[in-house]
Amino acid sequence: MRITCPICGARDRREFYYMGAAVALDRPVPEADAAAWNAYIHERDNPAGLTRDLWYHEAGCGAWLVVTRDTISHEVHGVTLASDMRAGG
Amino acid sequence: MRFAQGGLIDREAPVEFSFDGRSYRGFAGDTLASALLANDIRLMGRSFKYHRPRGPLTAGSEEPNALVTLGEGPGQEPNARATTCEVHDGLVARSQNRWPGLGFDLLGVNDWAAPFLGAGFYYKTFMWPKSFWERLYEPLIRRAAGLGSLSGVASAETCDKAFAHCDLLVIGAGPAGLMAALAAARAGADVILADEDTRPGGALLRESGEVAGQPGAHWAVQVSEELAGMDNVRIMCRTSVTGVYDHGTYAALERAAPATVRREGAATETFWRIVARRTVLAAGALERPVAFRDNDRPGVMLAGAVRAYANRWAVRPGRAVAVFGNNDSAHRTARDLMARGVHVCALVDARHGARTDLDLPFFPGAVVSRAHGGRRLEAVDIRMPGRSLRLRADCLAISGGWNPSVHLTCHLGARPVWDADLVAFLPGAGAVPGLDVAGAASGVFSTAGCLESGWHAGMAAARALDLKPVEAAIPKAEDGHYDIVPLWAVPGKGRAWVDFQNDVTVKDVSQAAQENFRSVEHMKRYTTQGMAPDQGKNSNVVALAVLADATRDGIPETGTTTFRPPFTPVSIAAMGAGAQGMGFAPRRLTTSHRVSLRRGAPMLEVGLWYRPSHYPRVGEATWRESCDREARMVRESVGITDVSTLGKIDIQGPDAARFLDFVYTNRFTTLAEGRVRYGLMLREDGHVMDDGTTARLGPEHYLMTTTTAAAGQVLRHLEFVHQCLCPHMDLRLISVTEQWAQFAVAGPRASALLEEVLQGPLDLPFMGCRAVSMGPVGARLFRISFSGEQGYEIAVPSRYGEGLFSRLVDRAEALGGGAYGMEALNVLRIEKGFITHAEIHGRVTAFDIGMAGMISKDKDCIGKAAAARPGLLGAEREQLVGLRPVKSGAAILAGAHLFEEQAEAISRHDQGYVTSTCHSPALGDTLALGFLRNGRARHGEVVRMVEHLQGVETLCRVSDPLAFDPAGGRMRD
Repeated sequence: MRITCPICGARDRREFYYMGAAVALDRPVPEADAAAWNAYIHERDNPAGLTRDLWYHEAGCGAWLVVTRDTISHEVHGVTLASDMRAGG
Repeated sequence: MRFAQGGLIDREAPVEFSFDGRSYRGFAGDTLASALLANDIRLMGRSFKYHRPRGPLTAGSEEPNALVTLGEGPGQEPNARATTCEVHDGLVARSQNRWPGLGFDLLGVNDWAAPFLGAGFYYKTFMWPKSFWERLYEPLIRRAAGLGSLSGVASAETCDKAFAHCDLLVIGAGPAGLMAALAAARAGADVILADEDTRPGGALLRESGEVAGQPGAHWAVQVSEELAGMDNVRIMCRTSVTGVYDHGTYAALERAAPATVRREGAATETFWRIVARRTVLAAGALERPVAFRDNDRPGVMLAGAVRAYANRWAVRPGRAVAVFGNNDSAHRTARDLMARGVHVCALVDARHGARTDLDLPFFPGAVVSRAHGGRRLEAVDIRMPGRSLRLRADCLAISGGWNPSVHLTCHLGARPVWDADLVAFLPGAGAVPGLDVAGAASGVFSTAGCLESGWHAGMAAARALDLKPVEAAIPKAEDGHYDIVPLWAVPGKGRAWVDFQNDVTVKDVSQAAQENFRSVEHMKRYTTQGMAPDQGKNSNVVALAVLADATRDGIPETGTTTFRPPFTPVSIAAMGAGAQGMGFAPRRLTTSHRVSLRRGAPMLEVGLWYRPSHYPRVGEATWRESCDREARMVRESVGITDVSTLGKIDIQGPDAARFLDFVYTNRFTTLAEGRVRYGLMLREDGHVMDDGTTARLGPEHYLMTTTTAAAGQVLRHLEFVHQCLCPHMDLRLISVTEQWAQFAVAGPRASALLEEVLQGPLDLPFMGCRAVSMGPVGARLFRISFSGEQGYEIAVPSRYGEGLFSRLVDRAEALGGGAYGMEALNVLRIEKGFITHAEIHGRVTAFDIGMAGMISKDKDCIGKAAAARPGLLGAEREQLVGLRPVKSGAAILAGAHLFEEQAEAISRHDQGYVTSTCHSPALGDTLALGFLRNGRARHGEVVRMVEHLQGVETLCRVSDPLAFDPAGGRMRD
């Protein structure tokens, strides 16, 4: 598997650390209720198809990336810097 | 026997080798199989289950029969295929799975017992009593059935691993692969051309036809020379592409030529990871046999293999050769043998109405129904409508048709597609993104067709790579016809082999169907067809056709089993190249490592780091004596230890302090310059991630320390929080763990020592920090303590680490102290109740360790919301406590569990557990830390420690974790 880091280019997946769903970007406000916090910390989908995952280019530039990919075809549809996603929205 | 001329062997370079203890001669260019056949040796192995005598069936990597053990001693290689093993001077090969010898094998008795040993025999027979399976049945079966074995001793031979990138990977250097490589390379693509054979050419090496007006093998040399002369081409012979992975990643195994290994001491095998933007699969096709009675006799070979032995290696395959097939391949073999003057006693063609121009006994519409002979073929039965005939023959060439090598196209999950005209499976369209299939692998079976198909695939790859293809003429070659009728198994009595390697017969496959193992995947597992080194390369299609016949399903409906990597066997040694012994994990060494070794310190592995356990002195017999002395030394004078392994993260920027407020539970915006503060870090789920100190070095400059174990995790976490949760904060982070060497100087005489080294007053309050210098070297001094004594840590750029450590230890020794290791460091911190990852192991909260008060009420931080959840605080939680034996000196063991004094020691009554333990010289007793339910309210109570593994029980008194100098005066003043 290869991931194209927006900073470093296409690299083998061994350079990356996998965190999980990009849900982790959407941290609730501190005063959010227990259900919101529970969903943020624990609840994850397990989709067959498109996923948005967070990967960390640990053996590269240190960038956190949002990788959109397909768990069936293994195709990677897009890679963006997590910091850009947050800045943009 | 060898023909007087011809072949691609070097008759000027004879070689001598041995097989089963006897010496033979061959030529450079021979395989072990061709050289043995040239010496009239046909019997090369015994079959897996019935111990039937076997000779080579094929001339390639798909060989099921001629498996041998190469070499002797630690590096012996079992299950090597004689058909691909290059002979060289001094080669030692042995046959396998026979006792006492290959010619007379006592376990051949299995063959007589065959009526009882069919499919499912083991499952049905060795059922009772159950306990006999592991102790008796399995060892016996493994002894009786099997292949070669490893030596069991570590080998000095080396394997290697390597990585390559290219625009185009061409798999297979036959006519299609050579043309594909040529087309793409001329357009400027970076090309890797990989082929498992010792030289490019593929099928051209075995066929007699011409390409561009010259023998095919000559043309292959000419093209590969052109390719080899181009800077953008790398030809990798002896390299089998074994697996296809996502996004253009391919695994390949390269075997070094024997001569290279001997001359240069090169790695015997190299495991490659190749990343290719485009790929052309030109892996050719594999011929399949026909099942008929006793078709496994030595001397029965595939028709293409017989051509290979005759044409490529100039081996006369027999005195009287019969040829049998259902397609044109059989005719080609008869023609080539006759051209060599070999007596072809019969050409048997299953096709009714087949014709030949050859002057030989021709039997159209007939089949071979039985082979006769024992250790070599003696005669064949030919059956035709209305009559049959027995002919003497010592070699039978058979062809049941050709299977395109679709294996690699299926590695990402695609299924091959049945082609009724070719009577074969073809690669599915778009099976592997970026991969095109050319030549025989795509079902093109003529040389002219392969050249053309390869050329077009190379041109298409060039265009896909945005390169400009260069048009050129495709060389002329034979444009033969391929006509075939289905023929899988010749009906009749007796056993007809489908899978030679696993001793699976037509009857076994039919029986599987009868017993309702009708799915091809079930049949495979029930009969073991298609397992072992050849993975069914010769037998899969025949087996599923026989199954389809038995179940009355069609072949396409029956389908194939799943093709998985590797295409050919890959030794674990090659896949794990470089990872034996010290190569298993990287070693991280501190700058003081050599000094510690010189002082005799044994090393402990702490993650990837190596840290000194203790520094033994004359007269100290055990680590405990050294440890006790070192701990006392720190309490009484001064000790030095290397703390460089702690993670150091440099944090700078206008928002650095706000950021620290967010990642730590406590405040850092209030930390003054020149001060250090202890910080506690949570995971978002409310559990403790790590702890450490952070120093404010400048207005916008902080230095965080982490524990050794969590350094990587904390850096990753900080980057996550910054980039993913608060990218608007203006700051930068970087690990400086490797850049600074840092040493703790601890004990009542620490100040005195440092004042001497720094040549001036230290002038530093507890939890202060400042820049200092030692001559021209800038250093950092922190007043922090992990020992409970007056303590400092001094940091210098790593290149000065060794020198500073030596100097500090020398000075400490002059003051009655010295270096101390991990064991004493651990004792000192347990005495003080300081936690490490033994305590903050991932399941404890700030509340559990008594630090709930450190979660600031008036700011947010990571983990704050979750830390307040019900269940993560309260009396039911197991809380950090100190433990001491009621009876002085009794053992408390880490990992042991705690129970109420009278309760039965079962999990339902579990009250907690011990995390850290030591003998405290300062207190003169055993001392431990642990977690106990509602522990903070139970100081003074007695609990029972039970360690079930060693059967140790100790009554312990619960106490505050802080056991030594509770007021902290020694550390602060």
